[in-house]
Amino acid sequence: MVTAVKQFKLPDVGEGLTEAEIVKWHVQPGDTVEVNQTIVEIETAKAIVELPCPFEGVVAELLVEEGRTVDVGVPIISVDTGEGEPAESQPAQPAALKQDMIPTIDEPGMTAPEPKRQPVLVGYGVKEGATKRRPRKGANGAEAPAPAPAAPVSAPAPAPSAPAPTAPRNALPLAKPPVRKMAKDLGVDLATITGTGPQGSITRDDILAARSGPAQAPRVAPQAAPAGREERILVKGVRKATAAAMTGSAFSAPHVTEFLQVDVTRTMETVKRLRELPEFADVKVSPLLLVARALLTAVARHPMANAAWADLPDGSAEIVVKRYVNLGIAAATERGLLVPKIKDAQDLSLPGLARALTELAEKARAGRASPADLSDGTITITNVGVFGVDTGTPIITPGEAAILAFGQIRDMPWVHEGELAIRKVTTLALSFDHRIIDGELGSKVLKDVGAMLEDPIRMLAWG
Amino acid sequence: MTIDSVRGAPGDPGPAEPELVQLLTPEGQRVEHPDYPLELGADEVRALYRDLVTVRRIDLEAVALTRQGELGIWASLLGQEAAQIGSGRALGEHDMVFPTYREHGVAWCRDVDPLNLLGLFRGVNHGGWDPAKYGFHLYTIVIGSQTLHATGYAMGIQRDGVLGTPSAGATIAYFGDGATSQGDVNESFVFASVFNAPIVFFCQNNQWAISEPLEKQTRIPLYRRAQGYGFPGVRVDGNDVFACLAVTRKALEAARTGQGPTFIEAYTYRMGAHTTTDDPTRYRLKAEEEAWKLKDPIERVKAYLVRGDLADSAFFEEVEADAKAMARELRAACLALPDPEPLSIFENVYAEPHPLMTEEQEQFAAYLASFEEASR
Repeated sequence: MVTAVKQFKLPDVGEGLTEAEIVKWHVQPGDTVEVNQTIVEIETAKAIVELPCPFEGVVAELLVEEGRTVDVGVPIISVDTGEGEPAESQPAQPAALKQDMIPTIDEPGMTAPEPKRQPVLVGYGVKEGATKRRPRKGANGAEAPAPAPAAPVSAPAPAPSAPAPTAPRNALPLAKPPVRKMAKDLGVDLATITGTGPQGSITRDDILAARSGPAQAPRVAPQAAPAGREERILVKGVRKATAAAMTGSAFSAPHVTEFLQVDVTRTMETVKRLRELPEFADVKVSPLLLVARALLTAVARHPMANAAWADLPDGSAEIVVKRYVNLGIAAATERGLLVPKIKDAQDLSLPGLARALTELAEKARAGRASPADLSDGTITITNVGVFGVDTGTPIITPGEAAILAFGQIRDMPWVHEGELAIRKVTTLALSFDHRIIDGELGSKVLKDVGAMLEDPIRMLAWG
Repeated sequence: MTIDSVRGAPGDPGPAEPELVQLLTPEGQRVEHPDYPLELGADEVRALYRDLVTVRRIDLEAVALTRQGELGIWASLLGQEAAQIGSGRALGEHDMVFPTYREHGVAWCRDVDPLNLLGLFRGVNHGGWDPAKYGFHLYTIVIGSQTLHATGYAMGIQRDGVLGTPSAGATIAYFGDGATSQGDVNESFVFASVFNAPIVFFCQNNQWAISEPLEKQTRIPLYRRAQGYGFPGVRVDGNDVFACLAVTRKALEAARTGQGPTFIEAYTYRMGAHTTTDDPTRYRLKAEEEAWKLKDPIERVKAYLVRGDLADSAFFEEVEADAKAMARELRAACLALPDPEPLSIFENVYAEPHPLMTEEQEQFAAYLASFEEASR
């Protein structure tokens, strides 16, 4: 049988987007595909989008692996359509043709250090060099209204004392006024510099490079370790955001962490009882639900724990005490650590809170949490117990005053009513921002949460 | 007219969910409304069903083509088929439609070739149909400005002195809930009202103006705005093709006989994204979509046909197969659409020769001739 393999190039699915990440393939080589069958999920700067297949046939090859970001126009999948035509790809992007029609100024001697983007109405611009230009007939032919080339920028500049009468009009070095001032301040002669900016103009970087001398050491590529001994992972996406948030928090808010061991046997009994109630029939009831409710109650008793530190432009600072609780629940997802928030958690009934916890965790794990879901928190719970550890010293989510870590629950020997007994015990850890919360208040909050988990009836008394 | 324009005076909060005109329940049960009697034969109902399925299929194909990089953008009508087919099939030969960019179903009712619509979003034509021939104006991308065009056109019909005669036509202006916040739309209401123009304002309230929910547009049900301008307003179940047909028919007939404008609020839901460049999961809940799925405009007609024994499975399969075949042809035709000649941009700019434009045309031709290969 004659075969014909067609390639599907990554389309621009969003008015001027230039790249997208391959999130998930829905097909594998060998699979039969139909026209418009969903084959892949991609994530652009705007949205996660499912792409339908333009061909019918058998998947020959996936050309881009999951997690990779590729430019629009790059082939991502090849499909054997069995049509007996010579191998061909989809017609080029219509945008490529349009680019042809834009007259551009030829710039001899201009070197572009890296692809630049041309401004477009929306999106992030078109990469320079992404489109090919058709050759013009006899360059600068008299009959063609071709634009005149700009003056060569690499022309040796005349000495200021003796300007050559034949010097080209543009022989004066091109630089914007602030750049000229910078050159003057640093004592750099603009005439000695070759510009790398638009039209060969001199940029700030050019001046800095000239000042540090021509013998600037080239950037040394990191030495590669012998194959297989190390792996280098580009820090991006959620990892990058997490790193920035944690560093910011750890080095701006002075952290204090306190610990408390608690007998949660009665909490576990309460959880079991709640599960039997019709109100909780269709939602997940876990100890985390009661921890969340206990923290909400504790925060209502000590509002200062639900606050944020705000530095003002004039150098002064304010403590912003929130009258609402947007409760963050740290969730480990495939994409990394996400902290979706339950908005206005203080207003929720217990079944409502249970439902919100379940939905939020599902949304975060499915990668469907919206930016709104992930922002504007006021306090956070991190359930490290699910990883099988007793506790940790959590780092406060930026913009909040405290975070509660909830460790694993396990059977421990415990003195209960004067006798040694085997009880369900957990460890709580509360980290707080010492700029806002002193040891006394932090201890009160932690003790309150512990007391409510030891005896959940207290939640009724204090709620 | 008996159209309900005075349910609740301003300030009266009224019922939380105002009653809407409904002739076919989501379960496919036929119900009667005293103001909107409707007699439809089995053939007519089957034809409506075929329309609904076909336009949904065309829309689906266009969305897929956009995802494959073949169209620049597409505004899906998913969920709004009944509002468009119901109102579109109420139109008469002399009526003139002023659409937004989402009225693919109305275009279908006016016999505009769907390929023309695809060409517009592929960037190879500017619409490409003769509005006068089809009684269907070119798609308007600017939000709400077509309501002014429609009002002006209606005032023209009025001045032709044909109202009340068999050759009378009306205009119908389509717009969305978001457009009701536009100045243009409110100005057109004022003009239409004081001149008693023969126009129907057909608002498809699909609950979302891109990411803005309805409560950010209005504090009263939209149809009640009409009262403030001085003409009747009615809310119709926008997912009920029968009700949309009956209500639009009555409003058009009123306009054609000189009784002035009507505001119709077709209460519906945009099941898809605003356009293919939008991601609704970022601003609305899945639960809302699920609730509206139960009110699907096509399923209820199917249920009605099955329940009344008005169609058998062979009919449904045939409609499905026809729509699929049509989509396949449409796809092939879309991919084969030629790029326009660059110089064609100068056509249809002025009715008569224009010296400045001729000069520019010559310059552009010379520029094109400066390339070594003029062909692609």
